[in-house]
Amino acid sequence: MSISWLDDIRTQAKNQFEKTGFPASNLEDWRYTNVSAIAKKEFSVAKFVEDVDFDAVESGSAFHFVFVDGYFREELSNLPESITICSINDALKNHANLLQSKFNQAIQQSHGFIDFNTANFTDGLFVHIPKNTILEKPLQIIHIATQAAILPTRHVVILEANAKAELIEMFVSPEKYAYLTNSVSEIFVGENADLTLYKVQQEGENAYHFGGTYVQQADNARFTHHNFALGSLLARSDIVSDLETAAECELNGLYLGSKNQHLDNLTRINHLQPNGISREFYKGILNDQAKGVFQGRIVVAENAQKIDSQMNNRNLLLSNEAEIDTKPQLEIYADDVKCAHGVTVGQLDEKSIFYLQSRGIDEETAKHILTFAFANEMVDRVTFEPLKVQLAALLAVRYPMD
Amino acid sequence: MLKIKDLTVNVGTKEILKGLNLEVNAGEIHAIMGPNGAGKSTLSHVLSGKSGYEVTGGSITYNGKNLLEMPAEIRAREGVFLAFQYPVEIAGVTNVYLLKAALNAVRKHKGLSEVDAMDFLTLVKAKTKALEMDEKFLYRAVNEGFSGGEKKRNEILQMAMLEPQLCILDETDSGLDIDALRIVADGVNALRAENRSFIMVTHYQRLLDYIKPDFVHVLADGKIVKSGGAELALELEEKGYGWLEQA
Ligand SMILES: Nc1ncnc2c1ncn2[C@@H]1O[C@H](COP(=O)(O)OP(=O)(O)OP(=O)(O)O)[C@@H](O)[C@H]1O
Ligand SMILES: [Mg+2]
Repeated sequence: MSISWLDDIRTQAKNQFEKTGFPASNLEDWRYTNVSAIAKKEFSVAKFVEDVDFDAVESGSAFHFVFVDGYFREELSNLPESITICSINDALKNHANLLQSKFNQAIQQSHGFIDFNTANFTDGLFVHIPKNTILEKPLQIIHIATQAAILPTRHVVILEANAKAELIEMFVSPEKYAYLTNSVSEIFVGENADLTLYKVQQEGENAYHFGGTYVQQADNARFTHHNFALGSLLARSDIVSDLETAAECELNGLYLGSKNQHLDNLTRINHLQPNGISREFYKGILNDQAKGVFQGRIVVAENAQKIDSQMNNRNLLLSNEAEIDTKPQLEIYADDVKCAHGVTVGQLDEKSIFYLQSRGIDEETAKHILTFAFANEMVDRVTFEPLKVQLAALLAVRYPMD
Repeated sequence: MLKIKDLTVNVGTKEILKGLNLEVNAGEIHAIMGPNGAGKSTLSHVLSGKSGYEVTGGSITYNGKNLLEMPAEIRAREGVFLAFQYPVEIAGVTNVYLLKAALNAVRKHKGLSEVDAMDFLTLVKAKTKALEMDEKFLYRAVNEGFSGGEKKRNEILQMAMLEPQLCILDETDSGLDIDALRIVADGVNALRAENRSFIMVTHYQRLLDYIKPDFVHVLADGKIVKSGGAELALELEEKGYGWLEQA
């Protein structure tokens, strides 16, 4: 199918990608993450495969929208009826005007992964939640990878005024081989609408992951994000939100790196108009030779007075070879604002370890208990109970306590 | 039960305990008093196995075993319990979780099965009530945001749950109001048993009005410089420590 407005955008992106490729590490936003290994892999874009050897997803408490290798699989999905929801390819046919009005509109600054995605996406999710509509159950978007290829998907989510929804993005793979997930989402949260988005990245151990989420928040819109970076060999996550008047943005994150994992988190909160509130809290735990990156920037535009913003990044380094590059930045052009940020990098507290030992708990278990507690603070913020339970169980496997 | 012989302990290059002798038999209550900085907490920490202290000489025998060879958690499982002078706050770990993990660690060591979830709750609630603590404390993070007195009471709750053999109370009475002191003392008295001993570090006679010690020792400058019965505490209250140094 050829749609001229999209063809133009795709051709432009293709040309741009051919010129610049994946981001080079001399770019400011990419200085801590070298992605040259991805280009060397010479992946091709994934093909559609009929058979999927993957356990059906437990249904009941959530709706499901399932991708296998970047292709929507309706037969594995379970969709709500109260809203418009379909693959992006269907939306190009059935909701062309709406899609065209939003496509590429939330991305202010592109880079190689986004250009590649725009030029090559195979499929994606399109969601349109009408005015005053509340999605009755969370929608779980499941990405299953089964091929050693690039899996580019493109998503557009639109919440009209006063709408409310919870979305959960999951990235999983039963495989150990290398592939590249490349998922780009554009999200439009309308006036006084409320979106909670969870991302649970559990890619295979040799996978590469790029996930970019670009958000436009209208007046009084609320956007809450929970970012769990657990899997993959190398992952980069972009979360960028532009806030209009009195919009509220909350970004939570937890990255758990071990072995030679590299987990990069970039966030941007752009307060464009007055009276906005933003809260950002990212925590990281790095073991072995793992490397974590936190680049958080909050920008307050000149006329964006009365902004209340806090950013915090706390890290536990559990080995001498583990590493964290953390760079919180406040860029404030208005004069009447309340902004604060803080960073900590440390080890487990010796006094706490001894206290637990003095109660009969062995040293290793004591360390696991304290590490679990550190991470669980982020899991506790999850309000969707089945997900919270699932994440706590994942932590308990990582940090066994008995 | 416990025999400390000629114990010398350094912190860094500084000698803190300078040849300390103490013997505690089953069922006895020993009070240790002494000026600030004398080494009372150091002794408590060394008994419980805290790192950072170098034992340069002497020995500690506990139930016939060399205590100094045991890691801290084994000492705890073998029945050594220290109620800290400054209990540690542990974010994100609830009291009830710690109590259960600790109790199970001790039970496992004794060859017992894990405590049944319902039995545990019944037990912990009873002990909480006996110490006149609100059940809400069970679900709060260990000592986090607790007042000074609440922390001390929480230490006694842990002690009551674990039923240790050798209870070391390092200034548990400091920071307690008059009612709390009585409640904590009742808690300790309830634990008194033939095979359970107590070492109570305190600065005040007041605690000893509630829990009558069999022996009172004065620890000064890293040594036990005087020992006596309960009446020694009264004498110290009256005269202070100065007369001992002159003697
Ligand atoms: N880590 C350390 N580094 C240096 N000095 C230490 C250290 N720990 C203890 N000390 C010193 O050892 C001495 C004994 O301290 P300790 O805490 O045992 O005294 P204490 O008898 O319990 O006093 P208090 O009655 O004030 O609680 C003090 O002079 C103290 O400063
Ligand atoms: Mg002391």
